[in-house]
Amino acid sequence: MRSQRQVWGDTLVELVRGDDRVVVIDGDLATSTMASRVAEQHPDAFIQAGIAEQSMVGMAFGMSTLGYRPWLSSFGVFLTHRALDQVRMLVAQTGAPVRIAASYAGLLNGSSGKTHQDIEDLAIMRAMPGMTVVAPADEFEAAAAIRWADTFAGPVYLRLARDAVAPVFDSDYRFELGAVRTVREGADLALVSTGVQTSRTLAAAELLEAHGISARVVHAPTIKPLDPAGLLAAAGGAPLVISVEEHTVIGGLGSLVAELFADHGVTTPLFRIGLADEWSESAPNDFLLHKHGLSPRRVCEQVLARLRQ
Amino acid sequence: MTPEKPARPSDDELAALSREGRWRVISTVAASGAGHIGGPLSAMDLLISLYFGELRIDPAQPQHPDRDRFILSKGHNAIGLYSVLAMRGFFPLDELATFDRGDSRLQGHPDMKLTPGVDASSGSLGQGLSAGAGMALAARRLGKTFHTWVMLGDGELEEGMVWESVISAPRYGLDNLTAIVDLNGLQQFGWPRQEHDRFDRSEPMGHTDLEAVFTGFGWRPIRIDGHDFGAIRRAFDEATGARGSDGRPSVILADTAKGRGVSFAEGAYRWHNGVATDAQLAVAHAELGFPDPQPEPPKESIR
Ligand SMILES: Cc1ncc(C[n+]2csc(CCOP(=O)(O)OP(=O)(O)O)c2C)c(N)n1
Repeated sequence: MRSQRQVWGDTLVELVRGDDRVVVIDGDLATSTMASRVAEQHPDAFIQAGIAEQSMVGMAFGMSTLGYRPWLSSFGVFLTHRALDQVRMLVAQTGAPVRIAASYAGLLNGSSGKTHQDIEDLAIMRAMPGMTVVAPADEFEAAAAIRWADTFAGPVYLRLARDAVAPVFDSDYRFELGAVRTVREGADLALVSTGVQTSRTLAAAELLEAHGISARVVHAPTIKPLDPAGLLAAAGGAPLVISVEEHTVIGGLGSLVAELFADHGVTTPLFRIGLADEWSESAPNDFLLHKHGLSPRRVCEQVLARLRQ
Repeated sequence: MTPEKPARPSDDELAALSREGRWRVISTVAASGAGHIGGPLSAMDLLISLYFGELRIDPAQPQHPDRDRFILSKGHNAIGLYSVLAMRGFFPLDELATFDRGDSRLQGHPDMKLTPGVDASSGSLGQGLSAGAGMALAARRLGKTFHTWVMLGDGELEEGMVWESVISAPRYGLDNLTAIVDLNGLQQFGWPRQEHDRFDRSEPMGHTDLEAVFTGFGWRPIRIDGHDFGAIRRAFDEATGARGSDGRPSVILADTAKGRGVSFAEGAYRWHNGVATDAQLAVAHAELGFPDPQPEPPKESIR
């Protein structure tokens, strides 16, 4: 089982090998993000910007205007928050082909705590016109999405997790922008998930099975642009839809589903699981997943509680 | 009553306290399974000198309105600060064992809402100096005489926001503000020394004449050996002695060694963070001069 950051480091090495326009710009976190693999094997493709995320974004934009295909590599939070204005002005508004590899996205970042947890990135990035937002489920989808992003003409935000999760897909997975994937069939309700949370949501569906509940699991790797018909087809028709995300419940996947339902007059009840409107803390992954209701067992419990209502 | 300046310990006493602080850093990180080593060790002599010989603070009243303020802008060095705060009596030494464990007052990065003695939350690099400038400015306007201290990393100086406050602080005559830069010459991954050499790390600020730069922006630079207690003391005196004189904030440029005091970590950029094995713990333990593997921490610290 490989983590998405390992996949990113290894895949980037292959991409820079095949195309000398591909470069990685680091914000002094290469050993964490695994951009160090590029630095080790293809130093020409590795650029150190220093601990200067705003400047990193400007450099990426500048290089892109001369035909380079830069990847920005840092912890997500420093790109989506510290450098937000630069991403907005220089990248999203111009449509520059800059790829933002948001490493350590979401809640679980090796117990660094709330300064490093990016629990609002989906809300922020999807609100930005012209930004493509992708949150792969596992190592295989990450690898495919990275390769896809490399060929895409505009800006891409890729939400990557620090630690490995049980795979959802297999090695011949093909990424398709916008496609919604039903990864488990079930008739009683639909669980909609994104990013690596889908792996834990699948595990929650297994637990629900033991309680006699058959849950469909729908994975939405593309947060934007959304395929409304695809998501409606996959989630709609279920008697109850529950979104599950490693993100605040404000403005992320759950909000997106609610907007979609409202836009299309869908009246299926929707229940959102994710971080409540609260900051988290530094602690081991298991502790945090349990505390914030995202572990398979806690997701299962919340679904059961909801069904009893 | 305004907290008073502590009686200054001797250099030998400070050295013993620093060794204890270093051991607490490395052993606490080993026990919690994650954390930073290199920076907390390079900064330890400075932190000990501040907390045991300089800051007008009162552990019994951590929120005293007239206390000196200290901001650890390089917040990833939290365990260094927590070790010193615990040794100084802000919370029980035993509590260090909860570092980074969940439901703890000792978060992976400093949290002013949780930890007694922490004056500003930090962890996202580059923000501390502006917060310190704000405190110093407010103190000036309110007629308060406390001093504000901000500790930065040399890697951290790469953040543009640092320079935004470097520019504004002298304009407000903030000579009640002192920045301390822990010039340990390493950051996390860092810069190539030569274009094609990614493993021979070069200093974050090695190419910058920091004294000239700070002078140019209207600051008073004081360059010292950050492991020389006498030099540290004189630098503190010079910085605080200038209060009310010419309006220039001071910056103490302290040359240090990352991972100082523990042979396997000293000067090794890979020990920016890391967890010591049992064997490495034993080495650290011996090198820091403790008599047996799991020492009872000295009960009689100077407080
Ligand atoms: C805005 C921001 N970018 C990146 C990081 C990740 N980071 C943590 S420590 C560090 C290196 C810091 O080096 P330095 O300031 O020299 O600290 P020291 O060596 O004294 O520990 C980096 C890049 C961060 N915490 N905040």
